[in-house]
Amino acid sequence: MAESVAVSAPPAIATRGLNLWYGDFQALFEVNLDIRQGIITSLIGPSGCGKSTLLRSCNRMTERLGYVRTTGSIEILGQDIYAPEVELVQVRKQVGMVFQRPNPLPLSIRDNISFGHRLHARGQRVSRSGREELVEEALRKVLLWDTVKDRLDALATELSLEEQQKLCIARLLPVKPAVLLMDEPCSALDPKGTEAVEELIRELRGEFTILIVTHNMAQARRTSEETVFMLIGKVIEHGPTDDVFLNPQHRQTADYIEGRYG
Amino acid sequence: MTSASEQLFAGTSLNARDRRVEWLVRNLLGLMTALLILPVVIIMTLLVVRGGPVISWEFLTTAPVDGMTAGGIFPALVGTVWLVAVALVASVPVGVAAAVYLSEYAPDNWLTRAINLAIINLAGVPSIVHALFGVGAFVLFFRFGTSILAASLTLAVMTLPVVIVSTREALQAVPRAFREACWNMGATRWQTIRRIVLPNAVSGILTGVILEVSRTSGETAPIMFTGAAFFLPFLPQGVLDQTMAMSLHLFVIATQVPDAPDALPFGVALVLISMVLAMNALSIGFRVYVRGRKKW
Ligand SMILES: Nc1ncnc2c1ncn2[C@@H]1O[C@H](COP(=O)(O)OP(=O)(O)OP(=O)(O)O)[C@@H](O)[C@H]1O
Ligand SMILES: [Mg+2]
Repeated sequence: MAESVAVSAPPAIATRGLNLWYGDFQALFEVNLDIRQGIITSLIGPSGCGKSTLLRSCNRMTERLGYVRTTGSIEILGQDIYAPEVELVQVRKQVGMVFQRPNPLPLSIRDNISFGHRLHARGQRVSRSGREELVEEALRKVLLWDTVKDRLDALATELSLEEQQKLCIARLLPVKPAVLLMDEPCSALDPKGTEAVEELIRELRGEFTILIVTHNMAQARRTSEETVFMLIGKVIEHGPTDDVFLNPQHRQTADYIEGRYG
Repeated sequence: MTSASEQLFAGTSLNARDRRVEWLVRNLLGLMTALLILPVVIIMTLLVVRGGPVISWEFLTTAPVDGMTAGGIFPALVGTVWLVAVALVASVPVGVAAAVYLSEYAPDNWLTRAINLAIINLAGVPSIVHALFGVGAFVLFFRFGTSILAASLTLAVMTLPVVIVSTREALQAVPRAFREACWNMGATRWQTIRRIVLPNAVSGILTGVILEVSRTSGETAPIMFTGAAFFLPFLPQGVLDQTMAMSLHLFVIATQVPDAPDALPFGVALVLISMVLAMNALSIGFRVYVRGRKKW
């Protein structure tokens, strides 16, 4: 499916000279990154190297903290998201995020899914059946429909963690984001849940550009076309996953992959 | 095997000493707790035993007569309801709005921290100081005169910090992950607050407000110079009238009316404390109810 994207299409995410400080502490150094549209890219690197920070910059989640300062630029689909005319809400609509700990809203399963749609469908009348369809479509896409179709009014917080995480992915779909950021989406799950969510992520490939942070090397190899390796706030290596794993260009990449950084 | 495990659990001299200390500490702490509860028990008993006989339907529904040595407390009861209600109308919207701003909108910088500190300190200002402020600001400067309005606004200013702090706590008890979830679907701040944060915090906010009411209804100093009268045979007709109030009435008959029957102040106190306790019970009940149906 990646082939269907024209070669001239802008990258889904393009950062130029991105620096980020938490107060006096610099967490990102001159990050230049082009994430191709329509594929899955893994972001790997030791704990504290700035993976989550980079991810959160891509939908401007970092700016809530008063002491964060950013320089450089981030373009999503060719649009500079820090440009003054850009609405934060539009950025967040285009760039959805899935967190490490599943965070369903304390609402019913149905309301979790239609929440995003309701936010943006203001004024427009959406028929009940239209909304039902939307809920079903989103849940089918995350392979959750068959397990929850009989209890759509149950609280989403009562689902299993695996189901919750799938729901968290599903509720982004009606908002129609172009990019999905996933910050260790499987690390709170058991092996079976991990496998299920991983399978789901592969299903979504092509329809969304997915950038996924993971500590699981096997997962990175199984799911992603490209891999980015970071170390203390810098991008060290970025290339096709097989190249990065089998034939790394940098010493540090090889060391990390072989487990010498823990 | 048996001998080894017997040794493991065998008592030693050190154990005996530890046990003695344990016994001593436990009983000492228990004694302190008993000392703490004792005054409360004595007060309540005294109030019920000595004030109970005064209480009657007539006591609650008629005005004082014979230089406040007889009759009931109706105008004071109504006055307290007026004062508390107007104070709430003034303080709750402002307090909740300020708390929402501070917790959901304000950037995390030194100014916000300074404001938070100021609010906490404001809660520690003695009520007599608030009373003098109320006289200066509401009675004189805004020319409300001594009136329910001036007294209630004084109470409102006094309770505002507590409303803000308790509301902010209720808001912050809503997990951050909920907000992030909303923002990620492109919700604005306000949509997030209205649809997720406030619905999940409202019970906590109400609990704080009810506690506030109970505290306000017992205050004396802030109202005695600003709007509460010693004796008024009529009910207030509007917010610019003066009024009697339970707390001040108790102070007056206990100290300024020497020939009032002994039981009278106890009766007034019993009614006042019952009002406060009823409010607190309501608040606790609320909290229990909410905790029971917490969704996360
Ligand atoms: N809110 C914050 N305030 C201050 N420093 C922070 C904050 N968040 C992260 N940092 C620091 O920035 C650096 C990068 O953190 P980040 O969370 O991006 O790392 P990470 O690669 O995601 O690590 P992990 O794999 O453990 O999730 C760390 O040194 C961290 O201590
Ligand atoms: Mg992280």
